[in-house]
Amino acid sequence: MEHREGALGKDALTLWLVQSTIARGRVLDVDAEAALAHPGVVSVLDHTNAPILGQGVDEPDLELMVLQSTEVRFRGQVVAAVLAESAEAAREGAALVRVSYAEQDAEVEFGPDTTLEIPDKVNPDYDATSDDGDVDAALAQAEVVVDQTYRTPYEHNNPLEPHATTALWDGERLRLVEASQGPYAVASSLAPLLGLDVADVVVTSPYVGGGFGSKGMAHAPAMTAALAAITAPRRPVRLAVTRQQMFALTGYRTRTVSHFRLGARPDGVLVAIDHDVVEQTSRWKEFAEQTATSTRTMYAAENRRTVHRLARLDVAVPSFMRAPGEMPGMFAHEVAMDELAVACGVDPIVLRERNEPTVDPETGKPFSRRRLVECLQRGAELFDWAERPDDARSRADGVWWVGTGVASSTYPAKVMPANQATVTSCEAGEYRVEVGAVDIGTGSRTAMKQIAADALGVDPSCVQLEMADSSIGPATVAGGSSGTASWGAAVVAAAQLFRADHGDSPDPGLQTTASAADIPAAEDHALHSFGAIFAEVRVHRWTGELRVPRLLGVFSAGRIVNPVLARSQFYGGLIMGLSSGLHEDSYRDPRFGHVVTQDLASYHVAAHADIGDVRAEWLDEEDFVVSPMGTRGLGEIGIVGTAAAIANAAFHATGVRVRSLPVTADSFVS
Amino acid sequence: MSVQLSVDGRRVDVNVDPRTTLLDLLRERLDVIAPKKGCDHGQCGSCTVLLDGRRHLTCLALAVAQDGAEIVTAEGLAGGPDGEHDLHAMQRAFLEHDGYQCGYCTPGQICSAVGMLAELADGHPSHVSPDLTAAPKATDEEIRERMSGNLCRCGAYVGILAAIRQSAQASA
Amino acid sequence: MRPFAYHRPADPAEAVALVAADPAASFLGGGTNLVDHLKLGVTRPGTLVDVTGLGLDTVEQTDASLRIGTNVRNSDLAAHPALRAGWPAVSRALLAGASGQIRNQATTGGNLLQRTRCVYFQDVTTPCNKRESGSGCSAIGGYGRYNAVLGASGQCVATHPSDLAVALAALDAVVVVLGPDGERRIPATELHRLPEEHPEHDTTLRHGELITAVELPSSPLAARSTYQKARDRASYAFALVSAAVGLDLDEDGTVRDVRIAWGGVAHKPWRATRAEDALRGEQPTEDAVRAAVDIELTGANTDDQSAYKLPMVRATTTYAVHRLLEGSR
Repeated sequence: MEHREGALGKDALTLWLVQSTIARGRVLDVDAEAALAHPGVVSVLDHTNAPILGQGVDEPDLELMVLQSTEVRFRGQVVAAVLAESAEAAREGAALVRVSYAEQDAEVEFGPDTTLEIPDKVNPDYDATSDDGDVDAALAQAEVVVDQTYRTPYEHNNPLEPHATTALWDGERLRLVEASQGPYAVASSLAPLLGLDVADVVVTSPYVGGGFGSKGMAHAPAMTAALAAITAPRRPVRLAVTRQQMFALTGYRTRTVSHFRLGARPDGVLVAIDHDVVEQTSRWKEFAEQTATSTRTMYAAENRRTVHRLARLDVAVPSFMRAPGEMPGMFAHEVAMDELAVACGVDPIVLRERNEPTVDPETGKPFSRRRLVECLQRGAELFDWAERPDDARSRADGVWWVGTGVASSTYPAKVMPANQATVTSCEAGEYRVEVGAVDIGTGSRTAMKQIAADALGVDPSCVQLEMADSSIGPATVAGGSSGTASWGAAVVAAAQLFRADHGDSPDPGLQTTASAADIPAAEDHALHSFGAIFAEVRVHRWTGELRVPRLLGVFSAGRIVNPVLARSQFYGGLIMGLSSGLHEDSYRDPRFGHVVTQDLASYHVAAHADIGDVRAEWLDEEDFVVSPMGTRGLGEIGIVGTAAAIANAAFHATGVRVRSLPVTADSFVS
Repeated sequence: MSVQLSVDGRRVDVNVDPRTTLLDLLRERLDVIAPKKGCDHGQCGSCTVLLDGRRHLTCLALAVAQDGAEIVTAEGLAGGPDGEHDLHAMQRAFLEHDGYQCGYCTPGQICSAVGMLAELADGHPSHVSPDLTAAPKATDEEIRERMSGNLCRCGAYVGILAAIRQSAQASA
Repeated sequence: MRPFAYHRPADPAEAVALVAADPAASFLGGGTNLVDHLKLGVTRPGTLVDVTGLGLDTVEQTDASLRIGTNVRNSDLAAHPALRAGWPAVSRALLAGASGQIRNQATTGGNLLQRTRCVYFQDVTTPCNKRESGSGCSAIGGYGRYNAVLGASGQCVATHPSDLAVALAALDAVVVVLGPDGERRIPATELHRLPEEHPEHDTTLRHGELITAVELPSSPLAARSTYQKARDRASYAFALVSAAVGLDLDEDGTVRDVRIAWGGVAHKPWRATRAEDALRGEQPTEDAVRAAVDIELTGANTDDQSAYKLPMVRATTTYAVHRLLEGSR
């Protein structure tokens, strides 16, 4: 969230968070004496003096019930906050706050002995289990079986812009400038807890420096800033979450353990797919990553079973991170497929072709589009796949072992209901279009303007776009690859209705508000994007260090509204996938309960030198079953399968199979 | 303590708390918000400016220690004499090659790129220079290595490289 | 960050006097590590004495050595033609560290005095004997990927993060120090220490002693030297392990003399003298280098997370020798 004038005016106070240093227990005392004595410190908020939240709210969101009780539920929880006249004073004030605790035993990591539960649903609303046919019997009779366990680590979104809030309470209304993927979502989750109408919490997010899911919902810092603002009426309160604090307070991806069993005929045709996932959530707020849901749709097999098992731990709440579920789940599935290809002596692309379903294996519905095989074939052509030696560890170039690998990618297409858009005619043939969209860097500002101009049949320069403001009305988040299709559908609906009501040459001041119409055919189809990811990996013959000189994604992702923006999304997904493949790993210390690799020096994300020749291509298509623009969404699909393609290429280079992310040099050092 | 600086061509004379970093001075006190706070610990490069002509992290610099420094941020790079819209050639190249996505790391990338090309022109070697004693060339590998202190989480590296490659060729 | 007084002394003697007189005072160089620690609360000095205005920022070459002022910035040093020609391992080590920006800021002396990047040292909510003597070591039994495998103690398993220091230790550099009692010269191998019972002390410097210069002796070994670093990212990452190697061969290709030092394995740059002894007079084959490394690694202590460091230091050293034999530096 970037703003020149402090957005809500000068004279802001700085807020600094104080976090718990125990994982579970109670706060006995918050000693603020030394902090209050520090020059510049204005006040210290804790559970004894913070404004009361959630009155009359059944089952309030505990993540947002900040400073409401003595209970400590995870290490890193906000237990106090310091308001000061400067950032220097606020930081030092926070360091001087002394918190004493009564500590209880906490369970902060899962292992073989952890109690696991099958949740009612996995994110956002999928069944936690599926079971078709007789998997055990089919596996018992299968001529080829791959039976392996795959692991992905905790990962943190780490947008380059940390979460930040500026809050101002004018006595009646709370105004927040918030780094958010969904200003309306923030307003509607904070308002009831604050005892305010949604209209009285105005959230704007004019510029957002990336989110990748971590800004998809309100987190505790935003509420802390709101509370602090209420205690300091008419002075803006600024809170910039530190990079270290983000590792506890702004969401993350769970660690996953996927036990995969594939049963196949000798030619690689699958007879059974079994995907058993163990993962975790916080004990006090559930987020169950949908790790196995893509497995239900990916390949044909008569016998298929998936299950998610959840450990409930005394830890920070996990949340959305780019392609929650598909990313870790497809890593497991696509490495398992590579192992099956090796076991059967079948080319990995041919193997996937042989297991291509005609309808969605899960629902029996036809796909609106399923062009996975075309993506694989186009990619094979672009990547010179035909030149690839069959055997692993058979190609060297100087000090490098060289290999190539492939993986499929998929992501469901979603159009979120509950968006509305308003079109108003202005002077001189111009139109004001209001939609609660937000641009987190994807270019949705450009895309919305383009969609509005297309739908109104005018030049984009004739559209004044208003967005990123909760007061525009209900809108869904920039997430789940649903933004362009969801907001865009509302814009198209409003534009069409406007034209129907007011014609092509309306007088100024006429207005139409509309929500997207349902597309009846959507119910009868399985809606997914597909892709094929190709990687070349080089492994240093001595040190085992890895490089990815070539990375290619070919996607079938619906209509591409804007090629520049689309390519940027695909690149971004591929590169974040590479980053997860080679680098990302949040280490939660089981003795303490928090992530100790909590900065950008110890939590590595890909640097420029890690990136080689990255290419993204797409198949020309339109998908009007999903959205009136023919789009399906682009934000996530690039990350799905990329880590698997890299692990598969590393195997092809060296003959060493790595089943845990990240894939690092120590697995290959000779 | 009193500090005198030149910031984007403007003379600045301010009193600062010795604890204030150059980044916080620029952003919080002087309203110069082109440099961004991505990590505050020298681990991301978003706060990069040109200080006395060299690329420099402002988050790890105490303002009091920079008395007399000449600072140029990405904002100060624009408005120079060289071109349409007053943008610096590097900024135009980033626009042309879509060298950014969310834009948060971009001002740091651009300052870093300008400083980096100057280092190349001065013959500074890098980790990937095959011959330490030879004059380095602006190959893709050299540019990637030299720009690795500027993280881009959106993954706009492809465009960033293309933009810098173009600028390097133009200035060669 | 505790409020502190800030001084810019006029000359080195005044800088030394200011710090020596005040137990809560610290020298401030480029600030790339100290400012980091001020924010984290890792260190809370009452006074900072800025030494960057003292001059001491030139590189002087004689027939026998290169003398590097403490305030020479890492990037300038790495690019210095004399260093590149005569001590390539030192240039390579600098270029393998940090980022272009940080190398522009960090000073020679400051680089040597940077502190461990052990995640617990930097997290004031966890015990750490280096940060708070007697509080315990969280890295033992904790996150261990970067832990020491040689010379660690039950008090501390931190590794020293400087690449430069490893190259200096290999090439027999001398660190020149000014203290309240005058100047002394410390071999680079003796600047840093092992943790033993006092991991709070990284170096053998006394409070108030200021590094003023580093001297590098010229030698055939130094001229044929290189630095090899293995890391988790292609750039901008601390070493998993690293090796600085200098090689001087007889006409028949046997090793007349050799220098080997390792980074990422210990609380100090690890000069592998036993490996050097084993290689002298031998043909520097891959097997011979591996065998020599293994002699040095006798007594190494590893756990599940750090066990990879032994094969990796073997690989890194072998590869460094391979490169030198190929003629690369």
